[in-house]
Amino acid sequence: MAHDDSSGKDIAATSSGLDAGAGTAVVPASAHAEADGGLAVITTDGFENPGHPPTRPRVTDIDPKKARHAQRAVYTLFYISIAGSIFALAAYMAFPINDDLNSVRLNTVFLGIGITLALFGIGLGAVHWAKSLMSEEEGEDIRHPVRGTDETRLRAVQIFDEANKESGFGRRTLIRNSLIGALVAFPLPAVILFRGLAPEYSNPAALLETTMWKTGTRLTLDPSGLPVKAADVTIGSAFHIIPEGLNDQPDRLEQKAKAAVLLMRINPADLNVSPGRETWNYDGIVAYSKICTHVGCPVALFEQQTHHLLCPCHQSTFDVNNECQVIFGPAKRPLPQLPITVDSEGYLVAQSDFTEPVGPSFWERS
Amino acid sequence: MSTIERSDAPHEIVDPVFSDVPKAANTNASRFTAAAANYIDERTSISAVVKEFGRKIFPDHWSFMLGEVALYSFVVILLTGTFLTFFFQASMAPVTYSGPFVPLKGVEMSSAMDSALKISFEVRGGLLVRQIHHWAALLFIASIGLHMLRIFFTGAFRKPRELNWTIGFLLFILALAEGFTGYSLPDDLLSGNGLRIIDGMVKGVPFVGTWISYLIFGGEFPGEQIVGRLYTLHILLLPAILVAMIALHLVFVVVHKHTQYAGPGKTNQNVIGYPVLPVYAAKAGGFFFIVFGVIALIASFFTINPIWNYGPYDPSPVSAGTQPDWYIGFADGALRLIPPGLESVIWGHTYSWNILIPIVVLGLFIATVALYPLVEGWVTGDKREHHILDRPRNAPTRTAIGAAGVTFYAALWAAASSDLIATHFELSIEAVIHAIQATAILGPIIAYFIAKRVCLALQKKDREIALHGFESGRIVRLPGGEYIEVHQQVDEYERWRLVTFNEYKPLMIRPNAKGKITGTQRLRARMSRWFFEDRIAPITKSDVARQTHDHH
Repeated sequence: MAHDDSSGKDIAATSSGLDAGAGTAVVPASAHAEADGGLAVITTDGFENPGHPPTRPRVTDIDPKKARHAQRAVYTLFYISIAGSIFALAAYMAFPINDDLNSVRLNTVFLGIGITLALFGIGLGAVHWAKSLMSEEEGEDIRHPVRGTDETRLRAVQIFDEANKESGFGRRTLIRNSLIGALVAFPLPAVILFRGLAPEYSNPAALLETTMWKTGTRLTLDPSGLPVKAADVTIGSAFHIIPEGLNDQPDRLEQKAKAAVLLMRINPADLNVSPGRETWNYDGIVAYSKICTHVGCPVALFEQQTHHLLCPCHQSTFDVNNECQVIFGPAKRPLPQLPITVDSEGYLVAQSDFTEPVGPSFWERS
Repeated sequence: MSTIERSDAPHEIVDPVFSDVPKAANTNASRFTAAAANYIDERTSISAVVKEFGRKIFPDHWSFMLGEVALYSFVVILLTGTFLTFFFQASMAPVTYSGPFVPLKGVEMSSAMDSALKISFEVRGGLLVRQIHHWAALLFIASIGLHMLRIFFTGAFRKPRELNWTIGFLLFILALAEGFTGYSLPDDLLSGNGLRIIDGMVKGVPFVGTWISYLIFGGEFPGEQIVGRLYTLHILLLPAILVAMIALHLVFVVVHKHTQYAGPGKTNQNVIGYPVLPVYAAKAGGFFFIVFGVIALIASFFTINPIWNYGPYDPSPVSAGTQPDWYIGFADGALRLIPPGLESVIWGHTYSWNILIPIVVLGLFIATVALYPLVEGWVTGDKREHHILDRPRNAPTRTAIGAAGVTFYAALWAAASSDLIATHFELSIEAVIHAIQATAILGPIIAYFIAKRVCLALQKKDREIALHGFESGRIVRLPGGEYIEVHQQVDEYERWRLVTFNEYKPLMIRPNAKGKITGTQRLRARMSRWFFEDRIAPITKSDVARQTHDHH
């Protein structure tokens, strides 16, 4: 650590060290004599540092009345701080919290005002004290090169040398190398321990392939779980759908994160259905995974006029008329479609699970 | 500390304590102070610390307070965060809400959300402390960012401070990590969606992504583990590293001594400013209370993160126009700017370029930030210590690079609000995204050239003023009928401020000892031409002499 040999020395008492240029090494001081300036242009006829300008006295230095005024301001601020603290204590008691949420607002505001006053009083008082009343004399510290002195560095090298000789670290290579090997090997068990972060004996990629939907699972409303009749779905309407029984699952949220569906009814004439999917919709009622194929946000915004689905997170836009192909935004894949039909009671049911993994892409997906 | 100092100490300290002080002020209070000081010093040698640091000089400038704001807001975060831990339950065990907030009554949520609501609505001052904590966190990261910009644009990262720049950079990354982990703890709808995005990004990483996500969440997303794990990171691991790094950061500030702006009396070998005791302690100590006060004031009147409006996390609902905390914006914006269709399946594996490209671009961006001091140091080849700060105009290329970086960041940041910009200004989202895409690519280039030209113009203006003085506004008619405006010379103090800066010239390629010109040398020459080809030299005494000669 660089030691200050002139800590706090007043400027007036110092005249040395002022003639060296500001980093231009006009007159290299001893500390920088050997340092290489690289591409720096070294001038020889630069200006000389005029030295520290004379300090201008403040009003509080000249006028005792102003000084007294400043003093009064400082202690008044400190008293205001005390008053603020007491105010905060009083506010804590005067504004308790009850079931009325307005009490929370009053408690927060009045407690906050008290604490703010307490803090500002101390802060402004201390700064005002320093700026108006404390000595304005600036001091000067002399810098020393960060680099250790040659002597110190030589001694450091010697110490390592001696330690090397005394231990034989460099000479007894078998000991040294086996030690390095041991030090490399010993953290490995710590790494493997982290396998325990997730359940063992299961393959995460396989878990992502399937959802709760099965043949005949009823489409129910999110979050109530009430089944939906095809007749209830009018053209232009959209429903947030979960599989029947999801709310009773112990892993409700994990299942929901894969199985959430958006149900819409479009005029069948508007739908462009690709071969193989003719039976997936029921009279213009279509169900698509609600989990964005980009990074998994719920694609919850349905534009009734354009039949576009918009993801609020990154604005990927899917066209329901065209099997939820991406028409804008960072997503690549269309939202997977859930094949649906109606059961004997007229309720909408799934024909099967999704035919591909839902949600964000992952490495093992193909 | 050396043994000599220690054996000296009793003579210097104990004697005055027992002889001078009682004579000077023989009161009970001063006797007690003297005895207490003596007791402590005889057991800690603390007088040496006071001698070493008590009158240490710190230079004064408003821009030096940005780092202080960061430090003080961190202290506020530690204080309020500790209070919050006494009430917060970092558990995802489901409970049914039964508190006073009617709209959520009977809703199933995690204990984390439930306890965060309890802090907000049932603990006196709880909401205030929670809001102080959140506002302080936002200020913490903002002030670190501004502090980094100050360091960058003034060249304070140059030798010997390159490593401290790296430490500061790590602090910035740690602060972002603290912010994100803290934001995720209440397990509300917004933070859960944030985690969902992280999950999606992690899954997009080739080879290991699926497994990493599985391990992070302890099974399938969202699982019941993540809040507890983030809590450990948020209140134990990350703060411990942060505190250690801040300590190291400040140790280096002491070792290097603070930089100062060029000015009369200031040299590369001294530090001019106020001593720690009393002025700096009062100013800096007072400033801590002011920063704390400002945060407390904001927290008293302005709601931040109203989790009760969002409700508990559920993978299905979401509301339009949701925004992450501001500091995550640039990363979120990068994800939004990627053009459609960038994903491919090669040999049965999915490559999510729409995720990988933003990650790589952001990685390169922050790597450039981290490594910039090394690059500039290599180009200039300057091995001297630099303690006098550059005015940004006096390093035009560096300032232009900084302006380009800021513009790029700003474009990504704006992209994170693309939907709000679109709805607010009634534009189509496609138009907004395309405009920001163009800004992210062209903006930095334009900003680079504008900043560089402005710097050079300002340098010319400085040169003009140093040579001819400034226009006094006094018009004089000469005997011949000619009108001139009298220029008034600046005083020598002002001139010194204008003329002291470093000047570098491009590298001249020369063959090395083997008579060869290496590729590295060519690269360095090209880089140095890029940096220093356009330059304005500081004026010298002979410039002034020539000038006066020309005039008379």
